[in-house]
Amino acid sequence: MWRFLGRRLLQMIPTLIGVTFVCFLILRLANADPVAQSSDMGLSDRQISREALAHLRHLYALDRPWYVQYGKLVQRLVTMDLGNRWQDGRRITEVLGEALPVTLLLSTTSLVFSYLLAIPLGVFSAAKRGTRVDGALTLLLFLLYSLPGFWVGTMLLVFLASGRYVSCSWVAGGGCFPLQGLHEFDGFQSKSFVAQCLDVGWHITLPVVTLTYGSLASLSRYMRSGMLDTLRQDYVRTARAKGLAESRVLYVHALRNGIIPIVTLFGLTLPYLIGGSVIVEQIFGIRGMGYVALEAIRLPDYPLVITIVAFTAVVTMFGVLLSDVLYAVVDPRIRLGGERAA
Amino acid sequence: MTKHAVKRSPVAQGVLTPKSPFLKLRGEWALVCQQFVVRRVNRLALYLVLLLIVIALLADFLASEQPIFLKLHGQFFWFPNVVTPGALRVYDCRLLHRAMGAGDFAIVPLVPWGYNSHDLTQVLAPPSAMHWLGTDSSGRDVLSRIIHGTRVSLFVGTLSVVVLVLVGVSLGTVAGYFGKAIDAVLMRVVEVVHSIPTVLLLVTILSVIAPQGYTAVLVMTVVIGLVRWTDVARLVRGEILRVKALDYIQAARAQGATHFRIIVRHILPNASNPVLVSATFALASAILIEGALSFLGFGIPDDMASWGGLLNEVRGNIQAWWLAVFPGGAIFLTVTAFNVLGEGLRDATDPRLRN
Repeated sequence: MWRFLGRRLLQMIPTLIGVTFVCFLILRLANADPVAQSSDMGLSDRQISREALAHLRHLYALDRPWYVQYGKLVQRLVTMDLGNRWQDGRRITEVLGEALPVTLLLSTTSLVFSYLLAIPLGVFSAAKRGTRVDGALTLLLFLLYSLPGFWVGTMLLVFLASGRYVSCSWVAGGGCFPLQGLHEFDGFQSKSFVAQCLDVGWHITLPVVTLTYGSLASLSRYMRSGMLDTLRQDYVRTARAKGLAESRVLYVHALRNGIIPIVTLFGLTLPYLIGGSVIVEQIFGIRGMGYVALEAIRLPDYPLVITIVAFTAVVTMFGVLLSDVLYAVVDPRIRLGGERAA
Repeated sequence: MTKHAVKRSPVAQGVLTPKSPFLKLRGEWALVCQQFVVRRVNRLALYLVLLLIVIALLADFLASEQPIFLKLHGQFFWFPNVVTPGALRVYDCRLLHRAMGAGDFAIVPLVPWGYNSHDLTQVLAPPSAMHWLGTDSSGRDVLSRIIHGTRVSLFVGTLSVVVLVLVGVSLGTVAGYFGKAIDAVLMRVVEVVHSIPTVLLLVTILSVIAPQGYTAVLVMTVVIGLVRWTDVARLVRGEILRVKALDYIQAARAQGATHFRIIVRHILPNASNPVLVSATFALASAILIEGALSFLGFGIPDDMASWGGLLNEVRGNIQAWWLAVFPGGAIFLTVTAFNVLGEGLRDATDPRLRN
């Protein structure tokens, strides 16, 4: 197990080099050289003396070859010496430190809900295999799977939050849910902790729904096929033959093996949730990683952009590793360390 | 239920008449087609896709501010909706009607609004007899923009799939066939691409390149293709690894076949079905990505029509439900149709499900 982990971590190094190289390319292509002479955005000869220009370029190592610049970039990423956001001069680490918990709040809530719903849905669907109910459920999940997230989010805003078409009289603004933001702006700090939690919960309901239904659909499909595979096995027949209640056969005996596919998917869902939150945070005006990233791209503030790209890539890689480890944890037949089964 | 349906022959089911052209096909593809059309949902998806293609091709005839045929002041104009002669450029459809005298006539398209003609008296108008699906924030007809958006979506989808299949198949082949260092490097590259969220990566690249006008569509298409090739590459690589050690490849090599011949004639045909299925799903996802990018404001420029761009306008005009429902519905229907098509093809090309 430890050897496996060690090897996988070593394998990550070339991938990380690749990711940072992509980041470097983005920086170079974006011509983020603030003193570039030829670029439209850079300073021209008349505005700055040659000596000052050379000094500036030296200061930012822009007069060195590309591999030195690349090395500097990697060094700064590794040491978390990321500099400031151009927009307001705040430290990037501070900005990300604020945005990350918000994204994590959205994605973990969504993850919890999609697993909590996907498991019973999948089991139910597999148990009722071939019936009308199963057919309807499969169709519904298929349609959910094809629904574009940005459409669902927009529709929820228009119909449930705008207050024009569906309104809840007991809510101040008219709409049943808030339009934008993670919490009320007026008087949020002065509320009690419970009231704050309720307020945030009310604000993230629609975003979480938008994030959840897609992963719910694919997870239940995997859950269903995992259960179908398991229900065919001899030990399930044995369990039935010895007279166990069907619910016990399903939820105690079969579930343990049927759940394996979606447990291993756990790590792979993480990047999807972070990527998906770019759009969801944009729609609902929630200041998480995706929101900050898009803001940075619009400015543009490429150092911040590549920091987020590198960060999400690292999270994704650990997600993949996590799902491989989980694979072994939930399924004792898989031995890590030797050749990987997949 | 599904397996049972697949096992009955299409003729016995009454789906195909004995004279159907599908039955005249011979070989592998005939089987696939027959298996595919047995299921009603597959046929529906196929019809929907065909309909979309027709709409995309005939967009100018379905929605344009210029008539299809016009007799004005004794002069004949053929297809001004396509060629837009200079003499007519000063008119929009209402001015044209006023300018027409006795004996003049025009055959107008179903939707007499161009995707870029601004009707400033009708800004953000809800659906009405004049604008069937309402107008957007600059008074442009939503239905017309949806019709012309079909063209953009299908173009972006199809071309980016062509790019990703070409890149994926060639890189996957090289990796799987030659193995060793090339394989290791290419698989690392796949991992790099996989570990960066697609939308974030695409938005970043597009904002760096910042293409303008028509090139924006082309650049976006190619970039989507260049970011999404990894699934096909993995698939092809896996297939080649599976096949390359088999005896018949050995035999081909013993006969003196070149690497190229072995790859193209003997190995790749094995991967054609999975690649076709994967490409169909990729088409759906490319259309979805194009919609997301345009929705975020990084995709198709505003003077061209796109579904995602229409949805984007809702963000400033939250009361305009017609801007949310119809374009989003178009994306949903299209994506679903291609997803159904993909599932149908996967089942139809799977020999285990055949009778």
